[in-house]
Amino acid sequence: MASDASAPLLEIRGLTKSFPGVKALEGVDFTVRRGEVHALMGENGAGKSTLIKVLTGVYAPDGGTFRLGGAVIRPASTKEAEAVGISTVYQEVNLIPHLSVAENICLGRQPTRFGFVDWAGMTRRAVAALARVDLRIDVRRPLSSYSIAIQQLTALARALDVSARLLILDEPTSSLDAREVGELFQVLRKLRAEGLGIVMVTHFLDQVYAIADRITVLRDGRLVGEYETAKLPRMELVSRMVGRDWSAVAAAPRAVAGVGEPTGEVLLELRNFGRPGLVGPVDFSLRAGEVMGLAGLLGSGRTETARLIFGIERARTGEMRLGGRPIKVHSPRQAIREGLAFTSENRKLEGIIPHLSVRENIILALQAREGLLRPLPRARQLALADEFIQLLGISTPGPEQAVMNLSGGNQQKVLLARWLALQPRLLILDEPTRGIDVGAKAEIEKLVQSLRAKGLAILFISSELEEVVRGCRRVVVLRDRVQVGELTGPALTEEGILQTIAGASHAP
Amino acid sequence: MRPERFQNRPVRWWSGLEWPVAGLALLLLFNLTFTPGFFHLELRNGHLYGSLVDIINRGSPVVILGLGMTLVIATGGVDLSVGAVMAIAGTVAAQLILRPGFSFPALILASLAVGTLAGCWNGFLVTWLRVQPLVATLVLMVGGRGIAQLLTNGQQIYFEDARLVFVGNGHLLGLPFPVLLSLALLGLTALLTRRTALGLFIESVGDNPRASEFAGVSTRTVKFVVYAFSGFCAGLAGLIDTSNIKSVDANKIGLTLELDAILAVVVGGTALTGGRFSLLGTVVGALFIRTLTTTMYAWNVKSDVAPVPKALAIIAVCLLQSPAFRRRLAAFRRASPS
Repeated sequence: MASDASAPLLEIRGLTKSFPGVKALEGVDFTVRRGEVHALMGENGAGKSTLIKVLTGVYAPDGGTFRLGGAVIRPASTKEAEAVGISTVYQEVNLIPHLSVAENICLGRQPTRFGFVDWAGMTRRAVAALARVDLRIDVRRPLSSYSIAIQQLTALARALDVSARLLILDEPTSSLDAREVGELFQVLRKLRAEGLGIVMVTHFLDQVYAIADRITVLRDGRLVGEYETAKLPRMELVSRMVGRDWSAVAAAPRAVAGVGEPTGEVLLELRNFGRPGLVGPVDFSLRAGEVMGLAGLLGSGRTETARLIFGIERARTGEMRLGGRPIKVHSPRQAIREGLAFTSENRKLEGIIPHLSVRENIILALQAREGLLRPLPRARQLALADEFIQLLGISTPGPEQAVMNLSGGNQQKVLLARWLALQPRLLILDEPTRGIDVGAKAEIEKLVQSLRAKGLAILFISSELEEVVRGCRRVVVLRDRVQVGELTGPALTEEGILQTIAGASHAP
Repeated sequence: MRPERFQNRPVRWWSGLEWPVAGLALLLLFNLTFTPGFFHLELRNGHLYGSLVDIINRGSPVVILGLGMTLVIATGGVDLSVGAVMAIAGTVAAQLILRPGFSFPALILASLAVGTLAGCWNGFLVTWLRVQPLVATLVLMVGGRGIAQLLTNGQQIYFEDARLVFVGNGHLLGLPFPVLLSLALLGLTALLTRRTALGLFIESVGDNPRASEFAGVSTRTVKFVVYAFSGFCAGLAGLIDTSNIKSVDANKIGLTLELDAILAVVVGGTALTGGRFSLLGTVVGALFIRTLTTTMYAWNVKSDVAPVPKALAIIAVCLLQSPAFRRRLAAFRRASPS
């Protein structure tokens, strides 16, 4: 075994992994040194979780080589990965709440005496494991009696207990508050000093800059680059993650911002609106006949804001006013009655009813508002379906086609039709163009503008900045779950949004 | 799956019925060839008799349970309690008929109301307390017979009242009365689901509960209604069964009938995962199961081994319905030398 201290701890070369229809990873190189915290960054579909799952033996790679401490490894299961010293702490604490802390730490590798569990030995071992993460608690109490932060540290202790050399942390801070994050980082710094290699997946930029030594950025299954954190300005990190070249954006002529001046009254007002732990506070207002964008990285709170407005989650702080009237929305049903409409970013799980027909999918929300006992006459249903098939150009053999047989873009149009049939006042579109082809994207953008012209208020969420800048008059920017800016007029450019996301203050 | 193959195929009322009907037809064909007298029909005192009439008559309770079960299964749930609810409703009827002066229509209403109430209890557990349907209905499946026992003090009750006996044994328009009852319930269920928005909501909730909730469908109401309706159906089936044998034994009425009802739904082409449902499919499924049983009797198969061939036939029909299995079967036939 190579004992050269300067040699990298983990060296992955040319990693490739495909799933039916998707190349999840294509020739990715990834290197982690001893005694460093390495942040793995990327937007949705970048390949972060696939990389981790290959590394921990959950998926078998299609190609590429792995070296850990110089020796070639090929873990075929999580157990094998642990055996060579790769330990993982997943985002959701996957321990067993009703067992004691000691049992959780030693589960699956309990010390035994004469074939029976050695309880005293287990307690000693658990205490020792927890000492490494600076935690002194009663290990005989059930795990569930401790806070999430302590549970997280317990998971960390469990991962370290198997003489780990490489520690992988998947979104370790997503359920912790600021003080707890600080404590976790203290522990991570100590482990780094002990020579451990730590890989951290996170969406929080501030935290990356607080702890990571180096950063690897992935996008669409490819390696974008590997950087020293100190030498990579935030702005550049963000533009590499979203795939917009900063210099190119800066050089390009400014997009024509300010599409149409709003004509209507203020429809939606949010004041200090939010839910602790989820998103907020956010403050903005939206007029009838206006398209406003919500921008930010994945996990920045865009979707969460939309969900709070639509009543999928209940807001805990602040106030929401609709048409000047304060209102508390506690369910989508109520939101619909108030004239709100929301297309989820998750078309498959939260949008379409796959086996039902185009007609049934279109009339569903309208029928739900009308109620159980007032069925829309068949002729009205067909007329509505035909009208929207025509209006939106839904390409389907007919209104009775099961919606699952349609392409993604046409499914999205069916969902738009479902909401437009309600004649809403406010339409919230969460990633309406995700996963659909270019032609359909353009059509949906055009449709949004024509709806705006008809006086609809539209909240437009998209991770494609180009689209946001093109279609919105104003953009609210979120970072790490709080609102960090609102751009309008000449400031509303891709560059401006990127800078606000990055938190850079050197605006040109 | 190649979507284009399905593109121009609209959903019709009979779509999906082909395979259960084919299964039933095959079974009848078998009997036509090998079981003498199976298709013999006879008019006695203006009443129709014969194996076929017997099948639809004896199959009525499963048809009735199956109709309620179809709606429950279409929402993605299941109702294991229907057999026990039959026992409760039957017990109530038998108790009340022995009470002099109790009006007969009130008795019928009381039995049906008790069934519906039991269904409401299931609906309450599933929707308000969010108990898994399997567990929630298991409560009454186990406890329901205890309740029935409590009502009768553990005694068997016998009765002779002509009106109550008529429910399960009478004839009207030449047909056994239970057959007319199941036809009426089929009509009522079709009306309830297709003339209101209930059918659409049931299918959307079963197919994608989250998306339905986001579209403003009250999944709670929908689920509550189907469990209540399933309880009502069990009440009706309990009345028929009790009347049929002119007595009530809380431990025997409707025993394991919940399983037949679930089978009828599955054989009829409604997926256990919820979504699209077919009422006619369930009726065909129930008749298929009953025809199997009658065939066993005709062939003098001992009742303790009869479930084995029955199980095999049911597996065959379920496999035939699976597009994946049919594709593999076709591939196998192409591959084997002709």
